[in-house]
Amino acid sequence: MAFVQNLPFISIILSLFSGPLSSILGGKKAKWVNAGVITVIGGMSALVLSYVVSTGEEYVYRMGHFPAPWGNEIRVGVLEAVMALFFCIIMLLCILGGIRERENEIEDTKQNLYYIMVDLLLCSLLALIYTNDLFTAYVFVEINTISACGLIMIRQNGRTLEAATRYMIMSLLGSGLLMLGICFLYDLTGHLLMSNIKEQVALLRTSGGYHIPLLVSVVLMSVGLAIKSALFPFHSWLPDAYGYSTVSSAAILSSLVSKGYIFLLVKIFYRVIGFDMVRDSKVINVLFVFGIVGMIMGSVSAIRESSIRRMIAYSSVAQIGYIYMGFGLGTTEGMVASLYHVISHAATKALLFVAASGLTDTAADSTDFKDLTGAGYRNKLAGVAFTVGALSMVGIPMFSGFISKLLFAQASVGVDSMKRMLPTLIALAISTILNAVYFMKTVIRLYTPVRRVKRDGIVFTQVKMKENRAKSFALVCFIALNLFLGLFSEPIVMLIRNGLEMFA
Amino acid sequence: MNFANLFNNYGEAVAMILFGIGFSNLLLQKNLIKKIIGLNIMDTAMYLFLALKGYVAGRKAPIVTNGVQSVEAYINPIPSGLVLTGIVVSVSVSALMLALTIRLYRRYHTLDLDEISTRLKKEGL
Repeated sequence: MAFVQNLPFISIILSLFSGPLSSILGGKKAKWVNAGVITVIGGMSALVLSYVVSTGEEYVYRMGHFPAPWGNEIRVGVLEAVMALFFCIIMLLCILGGIRERENEIEDTKQNLYYIMVDLLLCSLLALIYTNDLFTAYVFVEINTISACGLIMIRQNGRTLEAATRYMIMSLLGSGLLMLGICFLYDLTGHLLMSNIKEQVALLRTSGGYHIPLLVSVVLMSVGLAIKSALFPFHSWLPDAYGYSTVSSAAILSSLVSKGYIFLLVKIFYRVIGFDMVRDSKVINVLFVFGIVGMIMGSVSAIRESSIRRMIAYSSVAQIGYIYMGFGLGTTEGMVASLYHVISHAATKALLFVAASGLTDTAADSTDFKDLTGAGYRNKLAGVAFTVGALSMVGIPMFSGFISKLLFAQASVGVDSMKRMLPTLIALAISTILNAVYFMKTVIRLYTPVRRVKRDGIVFTQVKMKENRAKSFALVCFIALNLFLGLFSEPIVMLIRNGLEMFA
Repeated sequence: MNFANLFNNYGEAVAMILFGIGFSNLLLQKNLIKKIIGLNIMDTAMYLFLALKGYVAGRKAPIVTNGVQSVEAYINPIPSGLVLTGIVVSVSVSALMLALTIRLYRRYHTLDLDEISTRLKKEGL
């Protein structure tokens, strides 16, 4: 066994133990430990990725060398390694982008607690990506929820407490349904390892037994994870949670936490149930409809917002809608588009949150649009970064959002039935126009010159790149990442396609 | 429809009814404490379901006593393990929810989540 094969397990354990370590360190040291751990894990994920690509096949890592039906397993393929690498990169940039905000908004004695939460979040995300065991996945889903709740409430004001409570309630409803689905599946198949369950499900399918319980369990797991990742009708907690928490938290929550659940759902579809079964079960039709409604309604709500942070938050609802719509197409192409959009949206939404915080720096942290008139001149880098993010969200060529829209459109044309193709294309067109309305409105406002220097007691200030080096660095990296995803998408799409083939 | 199975497996039916009660309480109650009670009912219903699935009538808990090592003598231990793990998860989640509730109560002197929301809007934070 090559040493590289140990790295996924080591990265999970490393992030798990750096959490308790941070609890005895001071805020500053915990920050460095956290940044170091994320960088090291990112490097290890890159090594794992190159190893899996070079061997061209997945491998299974048995925990404690117990054989299959009893032991717990980690499974590593191309897709898992790609996701782990991207999550590490984006998490590191999110952490860098919000250092000053965290120091101002979090009490001094609680600084290190923030990094415990981030470490645990990374650990649970990695475990969700790599695990081959459904019940382990459930446990880490809960760890993910708890640490995400901590990230929201660490900035102590009434809004974040209320948002954290609402987030917890919706998440707990979701994980209750997920757990029930897993219990049903365990009851039907007698296994908890994904590959074993899949064999049994295939047997059940051929024999035709327990058709309805199997269907119920698929529905329960899909709905549970859809609630947790804020698919349209379950998004009520989202704007407050993303709009009032500290900027790194908002960026991490929108770009990583919801994506972890979506990735788990993809795993369940492919590795547990089998995608043919999911397609026949008509569950994806429901996801398709809600995805499309979410694309439109999320954008409509975003247009009506008067706060830039909440606008970006509502835009997330629309983008999650895109991803579920891709699932709903029921083809491999649709799934590839969705997974590419997971990556592209993660990069873009984190960029937008960090850039928006750079813009609000110029107006004493007011997120109201009226105070942001001309902010693009006052903080030049943040203005450029926000424009890049906005263009990417709208889907202008060169930026990552264009590629995902293109993939979605291609996937929808490849679908046999007109019933899916037409709504997808129409919804894509409407949603693009709505995106353009609210993002271009914001960009135009950012670059509207103003003479006055204050409004309602809020003094407008100039912010230079040098003043906040970490944020400037994060923004430059985000812009580069976005352009990279937009201009060199071919290898990434190839990796996703290979990974999905390994899944099935 | 054949309802005989429903009565034969009354334990599972009760578990599902309890799950529904807990779920709807967590979703619909305004009072935060009642929501948390709903959460606990929901989780407990799941443990009941799991425990029933692992139980085989007439067998004993999987602890080797008097040197009996035959598989036939004991029930399936895995669901019990799952229940234990689930209890740990549910305890930590309940603790977190209760902590949040205390914070909110100290700040707003009410347990009604909707009332808190309206006050937040008035504060205009």
